[in-house]
Amino acid sequence: MLNKLFLPTLFLSILGLFYLNTAFAEGASPSMLADTCLGCHGPDGISEGPATPTISGMSELYIIGAMLAYKYDNDEDKVDEIIEADLDFEDVEFFARTSTVMNRIAKGYSEDEIKTLAKHFSEIPFKNANQPANAEQATVGSELHETHCEKCHENGGSSADDDAGVLAGQWVPYLEYTMADFASGDRDMPKKMKKQMEEAHASSGDEAIRDLIQFYASQK
Amino acid sequence: MSKINKSKLENSKLSRRNFLKVTGGAVATTSAGIGFPFIANAAKKRVVVVGGGVGGLIAAKYIAKGDSSIEVTIVEAKPDHHTCFMSNEVIGGDRDISTIKFGYDNIADHGIKLIQDTVTMIDAEAHKVMTAGGNTLEFDRCVVSPGISLKYDSIEGYSEEAAQIMPHSWIAGQQTALLRKQLEDMEDGGLVVIAPPPNPFRCPPGPYERAAQIAHHLKHNKPKSKLLILDAKDKFSKQGLFMQGYKDVYGEMIEWVAAADTGGGVKSVDTKAMTVSTDFDDHKVAVANIIPAQHAAKIAHDSDLVDDSGWCPVDLGTFESKKHKDIHVIGDASIATGMPKSGYAAGTQAKACAAAVVSMLQGNDAPITSYANACYSLIAPDYGISVVAVYKLAEDRASIEKIAGGLTPMDATSEARNREVQYAYSWFNNMTAEMFG
Repeated sequence: MLNKLFLPTLFLSILGLFYLNTAFAEGASPSMLADTCLGCHGPDGISEGPATPTISGMSELYIIGAMLAYKYDNDEDKVDEIIEADLDFEDVEFFARTSTVMNRIAKGYSEDEIKTLAKHFSEIPFKNANQPANAEQATVGSELHETHCEKCHENGGSSADDDAGVLAGQWVPYLEYTMADFASGDRDMPKKMKKQMEEAHASSGDEAIRDLIQFYASQK
Repeated sequence: MSKINKSKLENSKLSRRNFLKVTGGAVATTSAGIGFPFIANAAKKRVVVVGGGVGGLIAAKYIAKGDSSIEVTIVEAKPDHHTCFMSNEVIGGDRDISTIKFGYDNIADHGIKLIQDTVTMIDAEAHKVMTAGGNTLEFDRCVVSPGISLKYDSIEGYSEEAAQIMPHSWIAGQQTALLRKQLEDMEDGGLVVIAPPPNPFRCPPGPYERAAQIAHHLKHNKPKSKLLILDAKDKFSKQGLFMQGYKDVYGEMIEWVAAADTGGGVKSVDTKAMTVSTDFDDHKVAVANIIPAQHAAKIAHDSDLVDDSGWCPVDLGTFESKKHKDIHVIGDASIATGMPKSGYAAGTQAKACAAAVVSMLQGNDAPITSYANACYSLIAPDYGISVVAVYKLAEDRASIEKIAGGLTPMDATSEARNREVQYAYSWFNNMTAEMFG
């Protein structure tokens, strides 16, 4: 009887020590890690623009996917390996994406730190950028969005729950870069998106993307 | 996009938290190092921050945010601040100086007191800061972020007065405007000399971005002019990218001369004859930008915070001075081994220091820190380059180790270089929002 009680207690104590040690070895706190990002991404991860995106209020899985693509220089096999090795990453999807500095920066963070950063920023509410928008173009864009984009970028592109990128209220130059990268093939898009983009282009021509971006910019 | 399920992420965290709850009690009884949180004294803890630049402002804000019970006071001599960042674009002519001028109006909203006064002494023993205006401020901890002082006597004939004729423009404001004015007034065909300082100095890529910005002005306004960089060093920050950019954008207009080819760069100036001299040559100049050697700001010297190098030795995790306890030094004045003297570095040092100050004032150990640097240089209005880094404190605390980062690739596309300009402007807006917002 004594043994039965004693052994589990000892076991728990040892495990507890182990856990505390690893908790210590894990390193910097979420805010300590995240705060170093804010000089570029803005106070609380809300960018003052003109181009650097707001990263707060994004989907956790979306941020993880982006960071892994940056970290491993779009090496799909490597990212898939990482995703498969960690249950936390099970639902992360890989899409190649281009960057200027983020591929250099993401290499400085472990997978655990990337999880921590993603969780931290996803929990801060997104705040729409204060920028002008062309009302006429935004009206056309609104219809295009409803037809082609709303299914994945829910609530007018403002939702993070869909785990797609938050578009509404994001800075215009950033959205322009992103769309240029999709068009050039520097950034991969899901098959469904490709199909919708082609359909939007077929129906509304080269102005489709401009109008969509103005719609996202118009949301205050 | 397939529907993604977040519950796994949350579950894994939750289960660990529960596990800690279960085991926590047993651990506390077996490990002497784990105690109860320190119960703070009833008296308010006081932090005095010396300097209202990047380091001082960000440290003050993060301390106030970290523990609103701490009384935070910033002492800054100037009524407003001109940022060094983007001041080269003012010199180049694409930016108005009013856009790099910021006031301190919002500081009070963060529960921080601002005193406009000059600190004359930080008394570590008495835990007091004395000012020229007769204030005596008591502190439990003091954060010193005073920036640099220029060693005018490192170049013969140079002085504070001479800097009104051959500006250094290395502390932004009047000096920035002066150099801009001289470039506007100079005749086409003249020679502009930049004399970059020896290491270590504030903003390592700064002189070379400035060269590009001045060349931008000359190319469009005085195309027969020439720009000579007479360096006190044999190599410099982002060198490959700058040299490539100079050639791509400005052809033969900019010539960089290594210290080895002049016997160590500019040794003397004559502000009457308007000549700049190395050991080998004298140059008759239209405009001279003389950036002398640097060390920690005067107040750091007066308060015994510097070592023989003229900079302030600190613990690299807490930024507590190695010379006096309860005093922390951050930013350009500190010896942050492994990090450059950049504005971004000062900002992340301030955050690390603030977290340490809050923890230490609460009687806890300083937390594990993280650091980063991001530094853009504008070679032309559509041509930006950058260097970035992520750092961690080395285990022996002897350096802040770079664990990732690097430069813009030499073969970056023109589109990427254009985007780097827009990201540089975003950096500026976000940094200044962190400081003055």
